[in-house]
Amino acid sequence: MNELLRRILFLPEQASDYARQVDALHYFVIVTTMIGAAGVFLAAIYFFVRYRRRSESDRTPHVEPKAIHEILFIGGPLALFLLWFAIGFPQYVSLSLPPDDAMDVYVQGKKWMWKFAYPGGPNAIDRLRVPAGRPVRLLITSRDVIHSFYVPALRIKMDALPGRYTQTWFNASRPGRYEIFCAEYCGLSHSSMLGELVVMPAADFDDWMAQQRRGLASAQDAAPVPGEPVRPASSVVEEGRRVAAEQGCLKCHSVDGTRHIGPTWTDLYLRDEKLASGKLVRADEGYLTRSMMDPAADIVNGFQNVMPTFQGKLSPPEVAAVVEYIKSLKTPAAGSGPSEGPVYESVPRK
Amino acid sequence: MNPSPASELQGYNPRNYLNSPATGLKSWLTTLDHKRIGVMFLVAVTVAFALGGFFALLIRLELLTPGPTIVDAMTYNRLFTLHGVVMIFLFMIPAIPSAFGNFLLPIMLGAKDVAFPRLNLLSFYLYLAGASVALYGMVHGGADTGWTFYTPYSTTTTTKVVPILLGAFILGFSSILTGLNFIVTTHTMRAPGMTWNRLPLFVWSIYATAVIQILATPVLGMTLLLVAIEHAFGWGIFDPARGGDPVLFQHFFWFYSHPAVYIMILPAMAVMSEVVCAFSRKNIFGYKAVAYSSLGIAFVGFFTWGHHLFTSGQSTLTGGVFGVLSMFVGIFTAIKVFNWTATLYRGSISFTTPFAYFVGFLFFLVFGGMTGIALATMSLDVHWHDTYFVVAHFHFIMVGATLMAFLAALHYWLPKMTGRMYPENWGLVAAVMVVLGFNFTFIPQFLLGNEGMPRRYFSYPERFWALNVASTAGASVLAIGLVIVLVYLLVAIRRGAVAGANPWGSRGFEWDTPSPPPPENYETTPVYTHGPHEYHEDPEPPRHAAPEPKHV
Repeated sequence: MNELLRRILFLPEQASDYARQVDALHYFVIVTTMIGAAGVFLAAIYFFVRYRRRSESDRTPHVEPKAIHEILFIGGPLALFLLWFAIGFPQYVSLSLPPDDAMDVYVQGKKWMWKFAYPGGPNAIDRLRVPAGRPVRLLITSRDVIHSFYVPALRIKMDALPGRYTQTWFNASRPGRYEIFCAEYCGLSHSSMLGELVVMPAADFDDWMAQQRRGLASAQDAAPVPGEPVRPASSVVEEGRRVAAEQGCLKCHSVDGTRHIGPTWTDLYLRDEKLASGKLVRADEGYLTRSMMDPAADIVNGFQNVMPTFQGKLSPPEVAAVVEYIKSLKTPAAGSGPSEGPVYESVPRK
Repeated sequence: MNPSPASELQGYNPRNYLNSPATGLKSWLTTLDHKRIGVMFLVAVTVAFALGGFFALLIRLELLTPGPTIVDAMTYNRLFTLHGVVMIFLFMIPAIPSAFGNFLLPIMLGAKDVAFPRLNLLSFYLYLAGASVALYGMVHGGADTGWTFYTPYSTTTTTKVVPILLGAFILGFSSILTGLNFIVTTHTMRAPGMTWNRLPLFVWSIYATAVIQILATPVLGMTLLLVAIEHAFGWGIFDPARGGDPVLFQHFFWFYSHPAVYIMILPAMAVMSEVVCAFSRKNIFGYKAVAYSSLGIAFVGFFTWGHHLFTSGQSTLTGGVFGVLSMFVGIFTAIKVFNWTATLYRGSISFTTPFAYFVGFLFFLVFGGMTGIALATMSLDVHWHDTYFVVAHFHFIMVGATLMAFLAALHYWLPKMTGRMYPENWGLVAAVMVVLGFNFTFIPQFLLGNEGMPRRYFSYPERFWALNVASTAGASVLAIGLVIVLVYLLVAIRRGAVAGANPWGSRGFEWDTPSPPPPENYETTPVYTHGPHEYHEDPEPPRHAAPEPKHV
């Protein structure tokens, strides 16, 4: 049944459980739409024939609705629409809740290619290799204009926005090769901004990853992007440590938990920070990126607004590397309390 | 066509707005008569529609093969941008309100003109000015941003995006002035006895449209201006590389452009509420439900813009709220669909050309609306967003519903506007071609979207080929149908049979005037004792007010 409906509706193959669930909703929506529409159109066609004009002097009665008609007209479709929503919304929510053990892959869109970076692993252009049966979280950004990462076979899509990170995740169940499209119009070669998702058996993927780590990157996958400095495919965390040192981040942020001008990076990742505005915020990838791009937006309670923006100073891969470095600074007994105050007492501004 | 027994004026009204008070170009260009301004708008939007349709055909021809077919990628990107800009800003938004609304609204209210005739003329010249600026941009390179102008692409592209933005900005003022005029006219110019519950449903829907026009359009104007400023001067507003916020534009833009969908569809509903009554000789089933649902659409339509941003990284909860609110807009449309269908019950249905377009309209609105609700179920939107499914969905609503209404209005009111009749046989042939051609154009596009083909693709993988060929074939049938309509209507204006005041036997109030109407619409102000489309009693000629109320 699934296979028949999928072919009738021209849907691509289903590479994950999530895709199957979305398609189930799709079939339900189509079937109920057809039943509802058939009801309206059959009634209309019956009226066309039954009440066709027989003479120019036809008289018609004055007909007004009863309350029951109005209740049916409103309640019927409302119940149906809300039922659709009640099925679709949890599916949508699940897309924003990746499992904790998901493997992270950084995705960067740029005119007109996709770049994929594995923490502690290699980079690749236009070909995303993932293991079958394991959750993969994508942290998506763009280097220039808005792109959108779209894998029809997984039924997932997420915009790649310059200057910020978005995320989505999937768990591909079947090994195979699937198309990646850019779905947000991005200029001249928008329709050539294609990629390939290669879902490998988990063991093969582990072998491949180990191979990559040994520096045996195949020329095809690790070919440098034209115009970008060639860097060895070293660990992203290492890269982040280097960038943080070069950019002077460590002058204010400690990496060993000591108190300093800015909040410490130790155990910062996923910490619930109390902001000066009184709001609580979880220090996830999105928050960390935002804090680099627009430090004044979310000042942690007790700290001063002294950090400059790194907008335009850091390239998206460098931002990703710093975020990954911060994520690596996790102690075994990670507390999740808010940051302690700074070590100096600043002069209050008038 | 047998003239209605209700009609006392069988012939062609010799003193009408077309020849009085004067003929000649100058008398038209300086006219304050709402009917002449409506006719000038009608001519202008028809030219714009032909231009936008020409671009559409070039797009379909390009997509006939997976690779390059007739143009290169840059030209293709400009073509779909110009197709969108011309169709939305120059045709869809002004088509029914500015053309038919202008012509009919005062007549339906029993008024002699709109409240601000000079603003009305200014609105037309703003339309011409905006169209000229946008055309200048098109001739000098054109923009390649898509009609949505998403930042930061639109602020960094090297194409001529600023004139197009300014053109749309100026067109916004035309839309605002027309909306303002209609609201004041409806409030202050109703004839004696024309209570709110006797207003023709056309007026209700146009009134709801006008509310959206004056509330939403300024936001578009500001947004387009900000894009133009960032593009021209490099100020960082939307481009994060200059300190801006890339998603902010999408919020601004859809805050206008989603209600703008209702600026396009509410007037279509306005037309169809009249057509279904006139051609089934029935009062509308559920007058208040249909009237108030127009206001409901106008109101809730302002709170659904976020459903364009389900994959833009907005928070999941925000998305959910926008999703639920989108369901409610669907309810109001459903109410109307049920009421129109129920209006046919125990009617006297005459299957003429306007009614044929009503049937097409009902079909496209039901499927366009239901696919819209399906898109608001969020998880399906993630798959469909920015694919051909969305393209097919909004063409079903905009072209399907609005174009059907535009064509129905042309045929239904042609006798009133010109005093002459179109050839009924040709009308039905063309209507069948338009409806079928339209289905063959866009049903394959729904399937292309299911299959995953993103929109705005110059080239595509070969597995999408067959459906694209089907779509192009359908588009050619649609185009031929539309050319037939244009030809016979142009002939009918000159040589059509004289229609008389009321060839349809309709009891809409606009049919109380002679055809074509005299410049002042009514010699004496009519007095209304019941609502429009009351077919269960014998027709009575409208009574007149005495003494005559003064009109400013």
